[in-house]
Amino acid sequence: MLGAEDWTAIFLSLKLAGLTTVLLLLIAIPLAWHLAQTQGWWKTPLNALVALPLVLPPTVLGFYLLILLGPKGWIGQMMQAVGLETLPFSFNGLLLASMLYSLPFVVQPIQAVFSSFDKRLLEAAMTLGAHPLDAFLTVVLPLSKQGFLTATVLGFAHTIGEFGVVLMIGGNISGETRVVSVQLYNHVEAMNYQAAHGLAALLVLFSFAVLLSLYYLNRGK
Amino acid sequence: MNLFKRSGLVVALLLASGQAWSAEVQVAVAANFSKPLEVLATAFKASSGHELNMSAGASGKLYAQIENGAPFEVFLSADSKTPQKLVEAQLAVAESQFTYALGKLVLWSSTQDYIDPQGEVLKKQEFKHLAIANPQTAPYGAAAVEALDHLGLKKSLESKLVQGENISQTYDFVSTGNAELGFVAWSQVAQEGVLKAGSVWQIPEDLYTPIQQDAVLLLKGKDNKAAQAFLDFLKTPQAQQLITKAGYGLAKPH
Repeated sequence: MLGAEDWTAIFLSLKLAGLTTVLLLLIAIPLAWHLAQTQGWWKTPLNALVALPLVLPPTVLGFYLLILLGPKGWIGQMMQAVGLETLPFSFNGLLLASMLYSLPFVVQPIQAVFSSFDKRLLEAAMTLGAHPLDAFLTVVLPLSKQGFLTATVLGFAHTIGEFGVVLMIGGNISGETRVVSVQLYNHVEAMNYQAAHGLAALLVLFSFAVLLSLYYLNRGK
Repeated sequence: MNLFKRSGLVVALLLASGQAWSAEVQVAVAANFSKPLEVLATAFKASSGHELNMSAGASGKLYAQIENGAPFEVFLSADSKTPQKLVEAQLAVAESQFTYALGKLVLWSSTQDYIDPQGEVLKKQEFKHLAIANPQTAPYGAAAVEALDHLGLKKSLESKLVQGENISQTYDFVSTGNAELGFVAWSQVAQEGVLKAGSVWQIPEDLYTPIQQDAVLLLKGKDNKAAQAFLDFLKTPQAQQLITKAGYGLAKPH
């Protein structure tokens, strides 16, 4: 039912979603901790900024990325000046776009558990002589497991479902930017409904399984 | 004074009822023809009073939408195959199909002097990205692949190809400089027969099958007189002049 091109697209999507999630977790942990702890005036604007991709149409993001990252945009020109390739039409470009696009899905669940974290536990650990970083790694992180699981699952699944941004900056290149949602779109456009059904059904199953496992995981709370 | 006011009212009523006689037509248009259609819509409104609403996209996508019940009444395709298929599927009126424009394929760059008049730039391959429209759904994309094939460059350029979803997006890729060059429609880069910006190579017509762009009356528009009126309007010298000005050829009358 699925052709070789379909499998290429599926693996590409998995690779993109996996890398995006790992990189986002690395950024999200300090960011979420800061947002949960700070009382500074920037807390609210920063919260709004992180949540922006939730409400922005992906086309807005795609449009700005195409303009800014291209050889005529200032980011693209900076990259070329230091000898780097411009990002549109490349896997790295999609990776950057996906990280922006899925940012709130990873930051917000972690921020939620960090906010409800009982600070006295951390203070107790430090009174017992733990270095702050040590205390964070051994006390805060294990107790925030639930938030990390949710963040990982949502970030991964949301990236798999990414479409609009990829359509605008991807250029439909097999093995590089043609992810599974774009491949499905190609099938529909070319009126290969049979092939489209295969991928569409797979995505429905995948999304359902993701949500199901998420609800089971959170039921234990 | 009173009489004057009253006759003014009558005139206003007549005008209003005259307005009620004008109708609306929903046109699905291939992306390459959306700009010219805006100009045509204005002229059509001036001469007939009818409003024209348009939806632009790749011809293949519009076909799928029409097949699935989209409320379009007239279809201006970028090829003749898609309208033909609609007729075969009994979604369009067979005798209404005709060629309203001949598309011209060009190789374009937004950089001046980047493309030489003979298109040698394609053989040198000193670029990273060559943009084309998706050849499976966009007739200009299929024509581009055909031209590359005839030039014997299809294989060697394959890794540099980036695909726009339709010809408009392909144009965007090139105009933003993300692709150094790309195959687009002459009508997108020309104004009154002159190149607007950048550099261009007009692809010789023996390198690709003529892009015969056909219009057809869809079943949903069969009883809408504005739909029929628009198709008739497309055949008038006034409309044909606008189409030529926009950078298209005209089909030879039979």
